[in-house]
Amino acid sequence: MTYPAVPATSVPAAALQLWHSANIIQKAAIVIGLSLVLMALLAPLIAPFDPNSQSLISRLRPPLGLERAKAGYLLGTDELGRDVFSRSLYGLRLTLMLASLGAMLGLLIGGTLGLLAGIVGGRVEATIMAAVDTQIAVPFTLVALFLLAILGSSIEVIVLVLGLAGWEQYARIVRGEVKRLMNIPFIEAARAAGAGPLRIARHHLLPNIISPLVVQFTLALSNIVLLESTLSFLGLGVQPPTATLGSMVGIGRDYMPTAPWIVAAPATMILLITFAVQILGDWLRDGADVRLRER
Amino acid sequence: MLSYTLRTLMRMALTFFVIVTIVFFATRLSGNAVDFVIGDGMTTEDRDLLIKYYELDRPVLSQYFAFLRSFTDGQFGLSFIERRPVADMVLERVWPSTQLLLSAVTLTLLVSIPLGITAAIWRKSWIGSAVMVVAFLGYAVPNFVLAIVMVLIFSYWLNWLPVVGNGTAWHFIMPTVALAGVLIAALTRFTRNAMLDVLGQDFMRTARAKGLPESAVIFKHGLRNAGITILSVIGLQVAGLAASGSVVIESIFAWPGIGDLLVTSALRRDYPVLQFGVLTVAVAVIMINAAIDLAYAWADPRLRHSVKG
Repeated sequence: MTYPAVPATSVPAAALQLWHSANIIQKAAIVIGLSLVLMALLAPLIAPFDPNSQSLISRLRPPLGLERAKAGYLLGTDELGRDVFSRSLYGLRLTLMLASLGAMLGLLIGGTLGLLAGIVGGRVEATIMAAVDTQIAVPFTLVALFLLAILGSSIEVIVLVLGLAGWEQYARIVRGEVKRLMNIPFIEAARAAGAGPLRIARHHLLPNIISPLVVQFTLALSNIVLLESTLSFLGLGVQPPTATLGSMVGIGRDYMPTAPWIVAAPATMILLITFAVQILGDWLRDGADVRLRER
Repeated sequence: MLSYTLRTLMRMALTFFVIVTIVFFATRLSGNAVDFVIGDGMTTEDRDLLIKYYELDRPVLSQYFAFLRSFTDGQFGLSFIERRPVADMVLERVWPSTQLLLSAVTLTLLVSIPLGITAAIWRKSWIGSAVMVVAFLGYAVPNFVLAIVMVLIFSYWLNWLPVVGNGTAWHFIMPTVALAGVLIAALTRFTRNAMLDVLGQDFMRTARAKGLPESAVIFKHGLRNAGITILSVIGLQVAGLAASGSVVIESIFAWPGIGDLLVTSALRRDYPVLQFGVLTVAVAVIMINAAIDLAYAWADPRLRHSVKG
């Protein structure tokens, strides 16, 4: 699993080359992804209102351009008169932040365990892989429900829960790659030259497993965004009044017959994130998979 | 085949044991054990009785054995809220969940296998691309978004379909479609890939060369071989996705199934119900996986005949 050598000298040049190799849908995914990240990062600057400030006189106003709309509220207001646009921006920010922290935590946990299993082997490996099998066998939404109910829905617990989602995939991939690489002579050569296990892991194994990990990270990210949104939607995620995309959809659904715009903006954002991330992940995977490229 | 069956069953038992152990330690170590087993509003005698039964005044290890013993006794506790045995509460919800699951899986199979085959056969033309784009979109649309959009259109605007409960056949339509959405997207992609793998094989060329009609080539030689891969995906992916999905979908449509019960009990912190419910679903998923594993071995002659131990 290696990428075609990119003879670019700088990061911008490499990015440009990637851009040119993308098809129209992949380009759309890149643009959507980058704009969402930018919107999330700049939320405090772009948002016209405090996301939690209520204004009971301007409750349930529709987006601009519709009847009864109120000037300044681009996407309308919700049941407490809060600006839907500002809340969506902050919700997007929080959702993306939680999801990336969760995905990184999963990478850290799963990657370490996978490395350990692959390098040490024996009973350690058997135990770790048994844990992986168990985790695969149990639907993670159940684990999340259970953990959030007993540990409470603080931000730390949510990040932990999101981090536990998908660690087993990293562990599986890293262990598999390590096992494969350990049989290749250059590792043996490094060991013969006196390199210890840590040095082998850092300088010889990790650079070789980066690309499948990047692919898995992207695919996991969209799953984690979905998981976070689902939990918030059910009322088990970040607690009100803090906005996340999922909780906006969950609470807004009660007002749907009369004020569908409360749900529209956050739901669209969730859709765009998962769509963009999945297209990018699939693109990376196809690029990394030699078998697919020949097809 | 016998040793393969035994090994599958062993693995099933082990997984269950690990899950029970994790559930025990997660509940006991996260706070006061008494709060998780007993709840408010009990008389002192009842409290003492339960403390004695679960050995809550003893070290963690004997609590753990008491917890394991409670399973063999069929004592799963009382709901904090409804004051009924949790086993009754969970068991009366098994059938509605199963009904919804079966209808969603049926719909998934009916839609995604033909779609996947179509996408594989015409993969170079616009038909194949169109199917794949739809599958991609289906994968990106969260099931709760799909569900509430359907509710908005078919219930609020058109007034065609009922939203709450499982009273009539009409009640099945929206939950089934919402639950099947992701499954259809996933299975279509897998069917297409499995078919593509098979279509490139030598025996397909042989089948065509000996003059078989194209339909026989595709269905008898192609689908039957791809079917084995598809079967394993149904086990691994579909059981998990469906269990996760039904939690959300049942909660939205107030479907009287286990998923709805789990969400309600998690929100109310009704630990005995949550604990037993999670274990029940986990056991169901493990059993489905094991059954599919065995079916897989049975369907694949290479596994059936060659795997020893």
